[in-house]
Amino acid sequence: MNIVFVIAVVAGTALLSWPAGKYMAAMMHPAAGAKSRVSQLDRIAGKLAEQDWKQYCFSLLLFNAFMFTVTFLLLSLQQYLPLNPDGKGAIEPSLVFNTTASFVTNTNLQHYSGEVSMSYLSQLCPLMWLQFVSAATGIAALCALARCLAGNVRCGNFYRDVLRATFLVLLPAAIIVALLLVAGGAPMTLQGAATASSPEGVVQTIARGPVAAFVAIKQLGTNGGGFFGPNSTHPFENPSFLTNIVECMSIMVLSMACVWMFGRITGRLRHAAVIFGAMALLLTLKIGFAVYFESAPAAALHDLPLVASSNMEGKELRFGSTAGPLWAAFTTATSNGSVNSMHNSLNPLAGLVPLAGMWLNETFGGLGVGMINMFLYLIVGVFIAGLMVGRTPEYLTRKVETREMKLAILALLVHPLFILGGTALFASTPWGMGTIKNPGARGFTEILYEFSSAAANNGSGYEGLGDNSAPWNIATGLVMLLARFIPIIIPLAIAGSLAAKKPTPVTTGTLRVDTPLFGMVLLGSVILIGALLFLPVAVLGPVAEHLAALPR
Amino acid sequence: MKNLFEQCLASLRVVAATLAVCSGLYVLVILGAAQLFTPHTANGSLIEDGKGGYVGSELLATGFTRPEYLWPRPSACNYDASATGGSNLSPTSDALRERVQGSIAQYGVEAGTLLPTDLVTASGGGLDPHITLQGALVQTARIAGARGVDAAKVEGIVRAHGSRPGWILGGDPIVNVLLVNLDLDKRLR
Repeated sequence: MNIVFVIAVVAGTALLSWPAGKYMAAMMHPAAGAKSRVSQLDRIAGKLAEQDWKQYCFSLLLFNAFMFTVTFLLLSLQQYLPLNPDGKGAIEPSLVFNTTASFVTNTNLQHYSGEVSMSYLSQLCPLMWLQFVSAATGIAALCALARCLAGNVRCGNFYRDVLRATFLVLLPAAIIVALLLVAGGAPMTLQGAATASSPEGVVQTIARGPVAAFVAIKQLGTNGGGFFGPNSTHPFENPSFLTNIVECMSIMVLSMACVWMFGRITGRLRHAAVIFGAMALLLTLKIGFAVYFESAPAAALHDLPLVASSNMEGKELRFGSTAGPLWAAFTTATSNGSVNSMHNSLNPLAGLVPLAGMWLNETFGGLGVGMINMFLYLIVGVFIAGLMVGRTPEYLTRKVETREMKLAILALLVHPLFILGGTALFASTPWGMGTIKNPGARGFTEILYEFSSAAANNGSGYEGLGDNSAPWNIATGLVMLLARFIPIIIPLAIAGSLAAKKPTPVTTGTLRVDTPLFGMVLLGSVILIGALLFLPVAVLGPVAEHLAALPR
Repeated sequence: MKNLFEQCLASLRVVAATLAVCSGLYVLVILGAAQLFTPHTANGSLIEDGKGGYVGSELLATGFTRPEYLWPRPSACNYDASATGGSNLSPTSDALRERVQGSIAQYGVEAGTLLPTDLVTASGGGLDPHITLQGALVQTARIAGARGVDAAKVEGIVRAHGSRPGWILGGDPIVNVLLVNLDLDKRLR
C-alpha cells in the first residue's frame, strides 16, 4: 500500500506539471498575438524596454535590494506595528538580518520559531510577500536564460517578468491551494492565541493565525518557511492525510513545470523531456533510498519491548509511515525546505538523501533556479561529450568555448566552497561545536546540514542545533545571499555570451541533446561531480553514524 | 543617473503593487472564504467546554497523565501549543533510548508484551493528536480499572473512534486522544 501512495503522489505531480508548464509558458512568454491581454499588467512598472542580460541582472539585483530593505525595516520595527494581538516584542538584529536574507533568497532558513517571535504583520507582510516575489524572481531569471538560449540577445524585461510570475502564476496557484487547505481544516484567523483547559485541568495556550494563506505559498514557491516552528508537522499547518498530499504535490509541481516552460520558451520540448527524464530518475532514486532506510526501526530502540515499526520519532501518525521520507526527498530535491517530519530524527542514511538533494540542488530544484543550476551541468555535459568525440562542444547551436566553461566551473564551485568551507570553520570552532544537539558524527552532520541548506537556498534544518546565535546568523545569512545571486548571474552571463555568437549549422556530426543517450551523459555528469565534491564529507557524517550504530 | 532613478521608480512600483496584492488582497480573500464557510476550523477547531471556555483543539494533543484517560504520544514541548517542536534526537542516540525506556516504564507493561512504538516516540510538532488504535487498545484495561467499569465497554468506545487516515493509500488505524477522552467522560460517569 505504501508503494501505491508514493507512486500516486509522484506520478500525479508529474502529470500535473505538464499543463502547469504550458500555462506558465503562455503567461511568462506569450506568443505575439496573445500579448494584449497579459500586457495590461505590465503598465504597473511604467515603460518597459527589452533588456540584455546585464541590464536584466541589474534590475533583478535592484529589486531584490528593495525587497531586503523593506523587510529589514518591517521586521526591525514589528513591536511598534499593528496586527500583533499576542504582543510579540523586538527581534534581535542579527536574527533580523538572517531572516531577511533567508526570505529574500527564497531560502526560508528559520532561526526563529514563528509562533514565539513573529507578529501576524511580520508573517503576512514582509515574510509572505517575499515568499511570492522571491519565487517570482527565480521564475523571471529562468525566462531570461531561456530567451537567451533561444538566440535572443535581448532577454525580456525583469519587471514585466516578475509581475507576471507573481500575479499570473503564483497568485492563482496559491489561492487554489490555500482554499484546499482551508477546506482541509487549516486555521485562517487574525485572532490571537486561545486558552483552553483540558479535562485534567492543564491550561494550554493555543497559538493560531492566518495559517492557510501562508502555508499555500510556502509550499508552492519552493520557500518552505513555516508559520509555526515545526513547519508542516504542526497539525495546524497540515491537519490531515489529504492536506499532506496537497502540500507534498505543491512542493514539486511548479519546479517540474519550470522544465517544461524552459522547453517551450527555447522551442525545444524534446530536449526538455530529456532533462525532465534525467531529473525524474534522480528523484526516484532518492525517494527509494529514503523510504527504504526510513522503514527500519530507530537503532537506539534495538531490543526494547516494542512492536516492530518504522522509525517513528519526529513523525506524525495521520500522514502514514512513508509520507515522511517521501516529503524529505521532495523538499530537498527542490529548494523548498519545509518538513512534515523532523529531519534530525531521520535514520542516518535516510538523512543522507536530503543532504544529497541540497548538494546537487537541481533535481527540479528551486523555482526557476533549479533549471538554471541544471543548465550549468548541461554545459559541463556537452563539454565532456565534446571532448570524447573530439569536437568543439556546442549547446543549442552555439559554440561553448573557454569563456563559458570558465564561468560554468566557477559557478559550480561556489556551492561546495560555501558548504565545505563553512562546515570546516564551524566544526573546528565553538561557533559550531558549542551549538550542536546530538553528539558525535550526528553533531558534525548538523553543522554540515545547516551550511548545505543555506548554500542550496533550501531552508530545512537538522533542528535542535542552537543556530540562533550571532555567528550562525551572520555566516548563514551571507552564504544565503552569495549562493543565491552568484548562481543566477553567472549562468545568465554564459547564456548572454552564447546568444551573441553566430549559430553553427546542424550537421550529422552535431551532438544531439534531445536523445536518451544525452540524458545519460547529463545524469553521469551530475552524479560524478556531486560524488567527487561531497562523498568524503558524507562518509564523515551520516555514513559514519550509520556504521557506528549497527548492532554488534 | 536618470536611468538609475527610473529603475528605482519601477522597482518601487512593483514593490507596492505586489505587497498590496500578496499581503493584502490575497489574505482578505482567503480569510473571508475561511471565516464564511468553515468558521470552526478557521479559528483553530476549538472544542467548547459548555461553560464559555475551551477544553482544547480537535487538531492538537493536550497532556493526559491520569490512569482513567487515554495517554497521548510523548511531547518534546510538553504539549505547549505556543512553543511547539520535536525532540530532534538522533535515532542512534543514547538520549533517545533513555527517554523511550522511561516512557515504557510509565506504561508498566508486563514482561513479554510489546508496546506499539508510537506510544513512546515524540511527534515532529509535539502536538500529534493521534495514537494508533493498537496503542489505544493497550490502554483500555488500565482505563477500565481506574474507572471501575467493564473493559469491553471502554474498548467499544475506543474502537468506535478508530479510523484509517488514508483509506487504501496507507496509514495504520488511529484514534484522536482528546476526543476519545471526552467521550469516555461523557459515556462513563
